[in-house]
Amino acid sequence: MTTESPTSTLSATRDVRGASEIRSIRGSRKARSAKGITLSIVKHVLLLGAAITMIYPLLWLVVSSFKPNSEIFRDLSLFPKNLTVENYINGWNNLQFPFGHFLLNSSLIAVLAILGNIMTCSLAAYAFARLRFKGRNLYFAIMLMTVMLPFQVVLVPQFTIFKELGWINTILPLVVPKFLATDAFFIFLMVQFLRGLPNEIFEAAKIDGCGHLRTYLRIGIPLMIPAMATTTIFTFIWSWGDFFGPLLYLRIPDQFTVAVALKGFIDAQSSSNFGAMFAMSVVSLLPLFVIFMVGQKYLIKGFATTGIK
Amino acid sequence: MSSLGELRTMAIDARKKRGGIRVKEKTPDNLAGHLFLLPWFIGILGFTIIPMIASLYFSFTDYRLLKSPLTDPPKWIGLANYQAMFANPAFWNSFRVTAQFVVISVPLQLAFALAIAIVLDKGMKGLTFYRSVFYLPSLMGGSVAISILWRQVFGKNGLVNSFLAIFGIDAPGWIGHPDYALWTIIILHIWTFGSPMVIFLAGLRQIPDMYYEAATVDGATKWQQFTKITIPLLTPIIFFNLVLQVIFAFQTFTQAYVVSGGTGGPNGATMFYTLYLYRVGFIDYRMGLASAMAWFLLIVIAIFTAVNFWLSKYWVHYDD
Repeated sequence: MTTESPTSTLSATRDVRGASEIRSIRGSRKARSAKGITLSIVKHVLLLGAAITMIYPLLWLVVSSFKPNSEIFRDLSLFPKNLTVENYINGWNNLQFPFGHFLLNSSLIAVLAILGNIMTCSLAAYAFARLRFKGRNLYFAIMLMTVMLPFQVVLVPQFTIFKELGWINTILPLVVPKFLATDAFFIFLMVQFLRGLPNEIFEAAKIDGCGHLRTYLRIGIPLMIPAMATTTIFTFIWSWGDFFGPLLYLRIPDQFTVAVALKGFIDAQSSSNFGAMFAMSVVSLLPLFVIFMVGQKYLIKGFATTGIK
Repeated sequence: MSSLGELRTMAIDARKKRGGIRVKEKTPDNLAGHLFLLPWFIGILGFTIIPMIASLYFSFTDYRLLKSPLTDPPKWIGLANYQAMFANPAFWNSFRVTAQFVVISVPLQLAFALAIAIVLDKGMKGLTFYRSVFYLPSLMGGSVAISILWRQVFGKNGLVNSFLAIFGIDAPGWIGHPDYALWTIIILHIWTFGSPMVIFLAGLRQIPDMYYEAATVDGATKWQQFTKITIPLLTPIIFFNLVLQVIFAFQTFTQAYVVSGGTGGPNGATMFYTLYLYRVGFIDYRMGLASAMAWFLLIVIAIFTAVNFWLSKYWVHYDD
């Protein structure tokens, strides 16, 4: 997976397919001896043990959210005797606004962030991958370096800018930067993807008289859909989970996102309504889980091709 | 391939070019290129380059949040912020806590990721199932909900202690104990090893099968193949992961904030650097000092990255 390996010019899709072929060859070659089977059983037992340990806290969270408050810490089992949805009703109405209000706030920000990233990151990626212009390599290097820049170093001036613009307590500080291609990670992801596409498609468009804008709209965008799907999923996950941004810019309960609203449960923990807190934690994780189930293919491909979280 | 790998290739190309004949590259798409990049130009200038310069400037001033820097310019105070910062034991505590977290949790997380990836790679049954289960926590690990869960898992009457009680062990509240609180966050970080694992899995698949075939023909054992082929060819990926994970780990915020309830407690044990910076800047409103802290963080991260690159000469194997 280094830049120098000859396979890196292949598209991500082909890499993955090639890899599974390699694996099947390797698998079939392995002799099925008694020793091999024992080893395989040991391996599966260990892996299953690790998997259960990993997933246990999550299962416990889900199960506890359906237990009466008094039983959460007394009963470790994943199969409780008394099940109740009371926690969900309590939790939903426990904060200044019904929890649905925060879900809507978070969703709005996520949708706008996705739109912004898809539009502007793909524009920038098209330029970096397909156009030849002055300073391209320099800009590209700067873009790559911003992935590594700790954001704290721009934090105070950014806050000042948004404050001077009167954007505090609006979603604009969380959304507008996405329309200015500030998520370099996705530009890089799309550049990688575009580089893997055959040159002939774009040459053909040129010969047919397509300008750059038309080539981008008619050929670039449709072909980039897998990369955009990955971008959509990642942007959703990051935007949904983002805590620092909303904590900084959204200071009135009306504007709170799910992440900031959840914090309210710890602030008010004197009431020790653990059930309600667990229930709303589950609600907040549910969209991530759904995305995970639906988009796993794109998620894993995204990681594999760019190598960054 | 990571962004870091790309940067490395570019640096090597640039160095090669310097010695050779300079060929002027054709730039037929000059106008279109700049137009396509227009949003990015505005973004990088407005949200990265100008703020970076501004925060460097602010770090030498007494800038406070409540004053507008336009109507009431902050006063230049030279190195006073840096002096105050270095003289403050709380600052060094937050630095120590964060450095300890990075140095322990990043290598452990990568070691877990690598170990599991190697076990999973051999075309085994249930690969997709295991991969999903191991990957899921890393997807959720950064969220507030998981940090809330962690408070309960490691609390006085939490999941872990209820489990230990079965064996008659009376354990302290891990979250509330100054010696153990940081370790709960380290465990949380290790728990999210799924994302580097997926990257390692992809890397393992890209090792050409012919290497193994050739080694088998030459009579190499499985173990020899592992140490002489798999590990060396994987070192660039391990290295890129290490560099990036160190950079990201230095910026850990949500977990420290939520697990400690925003206080960095008990007794400063989870006062991560970014949490401290947040409190200085946005609770005490000392923005000049917060900017100085941010630049110090940048320098520390740059040093760690430089050391990583320097050390990589001794263990990272490149094809070129």
